Amino acid sequence: MRLQGRAHKFGDDVNTDYIISGKYKFKTLDMNELARHVMEDLDPDFYRKIRPGDFIVAGANFGCGSSREQAPLAIKYARIGAVLAKSFARIFFRNAINTGLPVVECETDQIQSSDELVVDLAAGVIENRTRGIKIPVKPLPPVMLKILADGGLVAHFKKYGGFNFG
Amino acid sequence: MGQTIVEKILSRASGKSARAGEIVVARVDWVMAQDGTAPLAIQAFERMEGKRLFDPERVNLVIDHSAPSPTEGISNLHKLMRDFAREQGCRLYDIGDGVCHQVVVESGRVGPGCVVVGADSHTCTYGALNAFSTGVGSTDLAAALISGQIWFKVPETIKIVCHGTLPPGVYAKDLILYLIGDLTADGATYQAVEYTGEAIKALSQEGRFTVANMAVEMGAKAGLMEADEKTFAWLAAHGGGGYTPVTADPDAVYAAVKEYDITNLEPQVAKPHRVDNVAPLRSVAGLKIDQGFIGTCTNGRLEDLRIAAGILAGRKVHPGTRLIIAPASRRIYLAALRGGILSTLVEAGAAVVTPGCGPCVGTHNGVPADGEVVISTANRNFKGRMGNRNAEIYLASPAAVAAAAVAGEVVDPREFVK
Repeated sequence: MRLQGRAHKFGDDVNTDYIISGKYKFKTLDMNELARHVMEDLDPDFYRKIRPGDFIVAGANFGCGSSREQAPLAIKYARIGAVLAKSFARIFFRNAINTGLPVVECETDQIQSSDELVVDLAAGVIENRTRGIKIPVKPLPPVMLKILADGGLVAHFKKYGGFNFG
Repeated sequence: MGQTIVEKILSRASGKSARAGEIVVARVDWVMAQDGTAPLAIQAFERMEGKRLFDPERVNLVIDHSAPSPTEGISNLHKLMRDFAREQGCRLYDIGDGVCHQVVVESGRVGPGCVVVGADSHTCTYGALNAFSTGVGSTDLAAALISGQIWFKVPETIKIVCHGTLPPGVYAKDLILYLIGDLTADGATYQAVEYTGEAIKALSQEGRFTVANMAVEMGAKAGLMEADEKTFAWLAAHGGGGYTPVTADPDAVYAAVKEYDITNLEPQVAKPHRVDNVAPLRSVAGLKIDQGFIGTCTNGRLEDLRIAAGILAGRKVHPGTRLIIAPASRRIYLAALRGGILSTLVEAGAAVVTPGCGPCVGTHNGVPADGEVVISTANRNFKGRMGNRNAEIYLASPAAVAAAAVAGEVVDPREFVK
């Protein structure tokens, strides 16, 4: 999987309330509607700045807070290609894999907003074309690779009728 | 080599000797979702071609985040949950029954050794009953609804030992805020914590729920305690029994052991907009307060309401301040009603709303105005959490909120509880 786009940089501890506020997320299952409010409390204009395939790049503990799966879904439906962060909160990380939003653990200090990135998940490397540097990616655990390869947890369950990590 | 509490519980639930770092597929004893997460879980259940729940007797749905419904969109999601529960034969706790975590611990169906998944991050609350319980998203939850199983990476454990006894006017909430301030918001990410020591043992069962509830605010997957006579008294009072306590082996391996002496702890506060932005409450003394809120899965229990009533008895909420109270469950609401606690609070000027999560999660029942300052007993103070990104939220104990409501500004609650 090879993704290309621009970086939008955020800080540490971006919580799920910032990703999609509770005042919207409980109202609807329409993810296109929720996507319009993604990251609104941190940057009210964020949705309008996104070009399809762009990346959210953040510091440590991205996605902390509530278990709302609307958080990775709102990011995905806002047509963000992947989230790159130094570390992720565990519920968000699972939810992202389960719903098919690529999440990439890597060093992000050498990425700034507007940098042009190429993320090669198979090779496990990010190329920052703006700065001419390559950044290694921390590989996913095998169980998560299996779920991703099957197309998410829904597809995994449909395929095997339950968990199958044999 | 010995095992931690989590390793023991997950060994039993997976049928293999579980060690930190290993992946296990564990059987679950209880599965829960609320109205912010159940609709997506029902959708995933259907997309997974689920037909029946693995066991309707081990599943419950709770309508608490927007209860009663403030909009037609939410009403339709609630209807989806009611229809699903009726078709599948599982218990649905409807509006007014209470906050999901309180109704679960009041059901008596979760106790020592249980594995619980809930589609809500504060599912870690039941660690106070010696259960391994953790929050998951809606798709993981749907998988558990169908199969009765979930996969886990067995977490390492941080052991938190609390020595000493809490001074008068200092509560479980001050203790957990202090710990989070020290360990930080991602201090236990991908890990579990075990809370132990005489200060934890001295807490009431209700106070233990407060401490376990906020484990996720340091990133932890679970926050567990050993079971003792208080645990079993709680279970017996709520119709639960037959559980075998799970203890850590003396030679269990921990990622870290943190020791604290809380003998001189003073009231604490988490300042905007981070739960780990913790300081002594006196550092914000005199701060004008527009709204106080007492409730939530952290601090909406009978003991909390009783402490608040003790401060508000014979006093009035300051004319420049509003005070909102949400008992955490119908059972608590009734007990507070019958015991005269609610009449004390209402006479003092508090507004009592339906048991539920509304004010804490910004859905309704107390959204602050631009520039307003709120002091709350909740577990999160993120910008916008209560529905307005231009408001500020301070987290503190029920005593601190009640005292601030009377004074119209932050004051040391110990001035009121001498």
